[in-house]
Amino acid sequence: MTTADDLRSEVRAFLSEHDPASMDRLDFLRERYDAGLAWVHYPAGLGGRGLSRHLQPAVDAEFAAAGAPTNRPERNGIGLGMAAPTILAFGSAEQQRRWLRPLWTGEEIWCQLFSEPGAGSDLAGLATRAVRDPGGEGWIVTGQKVWTSSAHLARRALLVARTDPDVPKHQGLTYFACDMTAPGVEVRPLRQITGEAEFNEVFLTDVPVPDADRIGAVGEGWKVATGTLMNERVAIGGAAAPREGGMIGSAVRAWREHPGLRTPGLHDRLLRLWADAEVARLAGTRLRQQLAAGQPGPEGSAAKLVFARLNQEISEFEAELVGDEAVRYEDWSMKRPEGANFYGRDVGYRYLRARGNSIEGGTSEILRNIIAERVLGLPAEARVDAGVPWKDLPR
Amino acid sequence: MSATAERAAAGLPDLLYGEHETELRAAVRSLLGDRCGWHEVLARTETAQTYDTGLWRALAADLGGAGLLIPEASGGAGASYREAAVVAEETGRAVAPVPFLGSAVVATAALLSADDDELLAALADGAVTAALTIPFAAGPAAPEPTARIAASPPGEPGYRLYGTVAGIADALPADVLLVPADGVPYGLYAVPAGDAGVSLSPVVSLDMTRQLADLTLDGAAGRRVASGETARRAVAAALTAGAAVLASEQLGVAERCLEMTVAYLKERRQFGRPIGSFQALKHRVADVWVGVTQARAAARYAAACLAGSDPDAPVAVALAKAACSDIALRAAQECLQLHGGIGFTWEHPTHLYLKRAKSSSIGFGTADRHRAALAGLADLPGPVA
Repeated sequence: MTTADDLRSEVRAFLSEHDPASMDRLDFLRERYDAGLAWVHYPAGLGGRGLSRHLQPAVDAEFAAAGAPTNRPERNGIGLGMAAPTILAFGSAEQQRRWLRPLWTGEEIWCQLFSEPGAGSDLAGLATRAVRDPGGEGWIVTGQKVWTSSAHLARRALLVARTDPDVPKHQGLTYFACDMTAPGVEVRPLRQITGEAEFNEVFLTDVPVPDADRIGAVGEGWKVATGTLMNERVAIGGAAAPREGGMIGSAVRAWREHPGLRTPGLHDRLLRLWADAEVARLAGTRLRQQLAAGQPGPEGSAAKLVFARLNQEISEFEAELVGDEAVRYEDWSMKRPEGANFYGRDVGYRYLRARGNSIEGGTSEILRNIIAERVLGLPAEARVDAGVPWKDLPR
Repeated sequence: MSATAERAAAGLPDLLYGEHETELRAAVRSLLGDRCGWHEVLARTETAQTYDTGLWRALAADLGGAGLLIPEASGGAGASYREAAVVAEETGRAVAPVPFLGSAVVATAALLSADDDELLAALADGAVTAALTIPFAAGPAAPEPTARIAASPPGEPGYRLYGTVAGIADALPADVLLVPADGVPYGLYAVPAGDAGVSLSPVVSLDMTRQLADLTLDGAAGRRVASGETARRAVAAALTAGAAVLASEQLGVAERCLEMTVAYLKERRQFGRPIGSFQALKHRVADVWVGVTQARAAARYAAACLAGSDPDAPVAVALAKAACSDIALRAAQECLQLHGGIGFTWEHPTHLYLKRAKSSSIGFGTADRHRAALAGLADLPGPVA
């Protein structure tokens, strides 16, 4: 069985033939992918070796120690966390070969065209239409998407569109990869309460999508989308962090640096939040151990719920603790950042940004429904849209 | 390198259940399923014998539960806190009236720390049951002892013990009491429960599935197990082990309460539909489930830290006891509320779990006391006076 030590030797052998100091950054990353050292849990030929996921940190650490360039994962969170596992699970061999390498190296950033102005929590009710191109092999897509992080940077998008309005809503969806440079794609920034525009609105007007870029069968889009969303929740809530990493870090630093700001009430809150954050970190670790051992559990939804609650409560706490500093704000000017930043900038920003954590990637209310129905097996809410063709639903 | 060792190398210990632990769980669950149904548990709480000594013998001796923490050289199984925690999850699920926690964990941890081979060997095969005589509500710091020693009459070996200790868990079925006692020297003394100078009175307890006892010592003969710092360390180790394994027991309580609640929400119909289809109720049980997944990680981490003598064990135990106390109580209280009227009756098992959860949330230190301990352990000091 391959061990972490074996992989460390492989990395050293690779580094002896590929000097990160003298090679072009992208060439280095492509060679690393081709050597199967990108993500060892992916199959051979697709940047990996079919090994367990828990061996990856040893590989990354060895590359980092040699000063090798990274693929800047923070710029391509949706690509790495959601697009890649979706392509691996549902894409054809040809699509995997075509998309995964530039995705991993960061040459191609991915975004996600799911939510629409009229389809948020009820995602399956979405209205963006994909129709067969009468003159060709592919599809023509028209509609409006919203809350699209990184759309202004992305080369490709995960897209869910309605291909059959005459069947109940979940059955008429199909999943595609959309080229963001195709004609008819228009990206407009969507400014949020923090002042900046991390998200976008994306308008699709007669956008051509080749049938070769369809992921999964026609009408199977909901199944594929559900897989993407489960990966999203694991990616958001199950990320690895050291003790006092994440939102609790700045709160604890402020607490230690300013003894004069401490009160008994805040002390009780700090102890609870510290304990809850540390337990959440342990639960995230356990979730990743389950994934590595091939026992993927539904705990991803729990991790995402707890992540949102803690980010909100900790940033509320920190703002109260520091007082003066929290009633000032660094900068309201409109910017378009490269990725989501939950823990940076000042305390006012962190407080405001955290309000989005219980909405993005599935609201906390929808996650509780999912846990209740899919994990605990409780009966579905009585609903008026069951079995009704999508075109006949009131909108 | 094993998968477990590789995970440890990557940072935190293995927080999953191993194959051996899963097999042990199945054996214990099967035994408790056969012999520890809630009707029997409830009926026993209204008898004079609130502990089920026959069931304890089967768990302790036949399944090897008594000797899990005891090294093979002393006749035990040479397993670890990971396995003991799994057994506790099961005794919690069944609110089993057995002194597993008091004898196989707390008293055993004290004896392991004090290195008392003689008693360990007697405990290992379940032949002897022991209890550490500290109040169940103590913790996480050891209380000052309320018993004291005096020299034996001339010509007799050993010591005589005097004093009282109130509210001890798992002492009623014990053969040997381990008594922390003041005097010169301060020490931990082994006293036969049947000694003429020992009087154990059953207490009418909130949780009659783990009935407490008040102890009066009036010249009971004791053998010194440890003295001075060795004795203090032994008592501290016992309290730490007790809090850690009780956390896993509370996890079992929480899980069982959640299962009962979910089953009832599927079955009970009002307004022409199963009440589990109402979102207001779904969200409440979903939150309990989330709390259980969090608490499980904390409980596994505490067990793994004790098993591996990890220096982070004090933090791990405080986190686990705080998280599991809160979730067990919440799960039991939600179980009652979501069952409505039937959940408030004597004829429904919920009250057994509620009483176990409330009592356990106080045993070996409340959630609040364990969080307060984190102030020192994690450098989170309070306001400057």
